[in-house]
Amino acid sequence: MKMTYAEAMRDGLRVEMKRDPNVYLAGEDVGPFGGCFGQVAGLYQEFGPGRIVDTPISETAIVGHAVGAAAAGLRPVVEIMFMDFMGVCMDEILNQAAKMRYMFGGKAKLPMVIRTPCGGGLGAAAQHSQCLEALFTHIPGIKVVMPAEPADAKGLMAAAIRDDNPVIYVEHKMLLGVQGEVPEGEFVVPIGQAAVKRPGSDVTIVAWSGMVPKAAAAAETLAGEEISAEVIDLRTLTPLDKDCILKSVGKTGRLVIVHEANLTGGFGGEIAAIVADEGFDLLNAPIKRVTAPDTPVPFATVLEKAYLPSEEKIVRAVKELF
Amino acid sequence: MEITKEKLLGFYKTMVTIRKFEEKACELFAAGKLPGFVHLYIGEEAVATGVCANLTDKDFITSTHRGHGHLIAKGGKLDLMMAELFGKATGYCKGKGGSMHIADVDLGILGANGIVGAGQPIATGAAFACKYKKSDAVAVCFHGDGASNRGTFHESLNMAAIFKLPVVFVCENNMYGISISQKYHMNVSDISDRAAAYGIPGVTVDGNDVVAVYEAAAEAIQRARKGDGPSLIECKTWRQKGHFEGDPQSYKKPEEQAEWLQKDPIPRLEKKLLELKYATKADLDKIQGETAQKIEAAVKFAQNSPDPSPEDVLTDVLAG
Ligand SMILES: Cc1ncc(C[n+]2csc(CCOP(=O)(O)OP(=O)(O)O)c2C)c(N)n1
Repeated sequence: MKMTYAEAMRDGLRVEMKRDPNVYLAGEDVGPFGGCFGQVAGLYQEFGPGRIVDTPISETAIVGHAVGAAAAGLRPVVEIMFMDFMGVCMDEILNQAAKMRYMFGGKAKLPMVIRTPCGGGLGAAAQHSQCLEALFTHIPGIKVVMPAEPADAKGLMAAAIRDDNPVIYVEHKMLLGVQGEVPEGEFVVPIGQAAVKRPGSDVTIVAWSGMVPKAAAAAETLAGEEISAEVIDLRTLTPLDKDCILKSVGKTGRLVIVHEANLTGGFGGEIAAIVADEGFDLLNAPIKRVTAPDTPVPFATVLEKAYLPSEEKIVRAVKELF
Repeated sequence: MEITKEKLLGFYKTMVTIRKFEEKACELFAAGKLPGFVHLYIGEEAVATGVCANLTDKDFITSTHRGHGHLIAKGGKLDLMMAELFGKATGYCKGKGGSMHIADVDLGILGANGIVGAGQPIATGAAFACKYKKSDAVAVCFHGDGASNRGTFHESLNMAAIFKLPVVFVCENNMYGISISQKYHMNVSDISDRAAAYGIPGVTVDGNDVVAVYEAAAEAIQRARKGDGPSLIECKTWRQKGHFEGDPQSYKKPEEQAEWLQKDPIPRLEKKLLELKYATKADLDKIQGETAQKIEAAVKFAQNSPDPSPEDVLTDVLAG
């Protein structure tokens, strides 16, 4: 069935809410308003105020309450309206959600999901456009998933809800309206498995979230120039499917990593380190990263365009390897 | 307190400037000329105007995502603001900030803010600096009803109270936080009641009556300047437009909207000026006309300004 990314994500949530009465959604303006980008429109009408819960503007309490509710047996899905606002509830993520099970000697289960949109492209500037996934991959005890296409948006939502750990589910604003084929009914995409989006033999391009379509477009352009690029969509950052990456680099001998987040300390560095460590022999060229520069996200259209990684920048980086 | 003719006409000019600036922003946004989000302050002009009329350039304010009105009332320059809305190199933030982040540190404007509730601790800090330096300057924090549910509100009021800081928290209660009615998002009907929890004065005023706002702010600001500590002023007002441009605001009851439109602060002030014979209809029309021209000039300045150059992405990250 054809659906947009936002509809698919919502369908994943819907199906899980029907399956399990312990699943509920809470967040700012998620009720009749249907979410800031309409991601959860209609769910309030279907499930009512008991399960689609509008909250005050209180991110600390939104995430903190989910920790308590999950520890007490529910399966909360909470929304943080923009990924940038995760800073507001960082203690609840960093020291509470991520640490509770370990500190309690494995005697707690925290089946909770934090949904949040990331990414630039709307001219929303420095406090509404960030890709902060690297911050969260650094924290043991939580999982980070970042679907790039509608079917994965649905399947990973189901998997995140069914997971007994805190999962940060990052949706990219510029993908919300993208259409794709999505299976009907119950559908789960396992957390921790990357997908080969496009097979190729000369270079591996690893991307996730909003960068996957750009990497795919770059691969298409490169194909016209006799360079066969394999595009890998990581889908999940933690746990990471490093076998998929190493297998691909084994085939192509070259690696370009593309992410929208800033360069320094970005997750691209982690992938490069893994490949340098475990796949050094596989490489025929240095590893390249295509990322945003180490600056906040600017407002003006010309500046934002210069900031964001683009298809052209990916093509250029790939060509430097030959 | 005496409200002179000059003062009242000054309020009128400021309120009309805010209104016309925003009507223009609305039009430009609808025409696809402004990137990003635009949150309009239309209907709430009496709050910024009445409060800032008590401030000088040495005083500080922190603003919100709905900041144009606060900035104009504090003396922000229309051309630089407009250029920023367009993302031009000549804008207040050189095109890096946009509507939600306009600032003028020289005028004590410590920024509009994209993070709800973020201004409260910043204003507290600015007030701390005023006290530390023994200047008689004060800080004013504008924030919404929704923002008063953030932890920052409670932590800031408490800290400001125990340190007796010269800060005034001005809660613009426009009854909604995006789609959520105040009736739903808190159990108190007067947000000023929350001041009691921190042992500071709290008052509620009619936020569409610029004189009432001016007087309440004067008292709180004098108190702060004297070293008697913070206060909370709640101004009941109404956001006439959607939360952001493009929001159909189906969550508002039409009767409620109609009732509040009757209480629009600008016609209300016009009526008062005419009744007191401080101005004739022709005087008011003249102010409106001159203001419209100033806004047009600002738009022209913005449109004729250059875009930033792409390399500017890399500048301004760190000082030094
Ligand atoms: C920390 C944080 N949470 C949520 C948002 C999204 N958001 C922007 S404005 C807004 C509503 C604010 O309501 P209120 O404080 O009453 O101010 P108003 O918009 O009514 O002027 C929300 C939820 C945000 N920008 N920052």
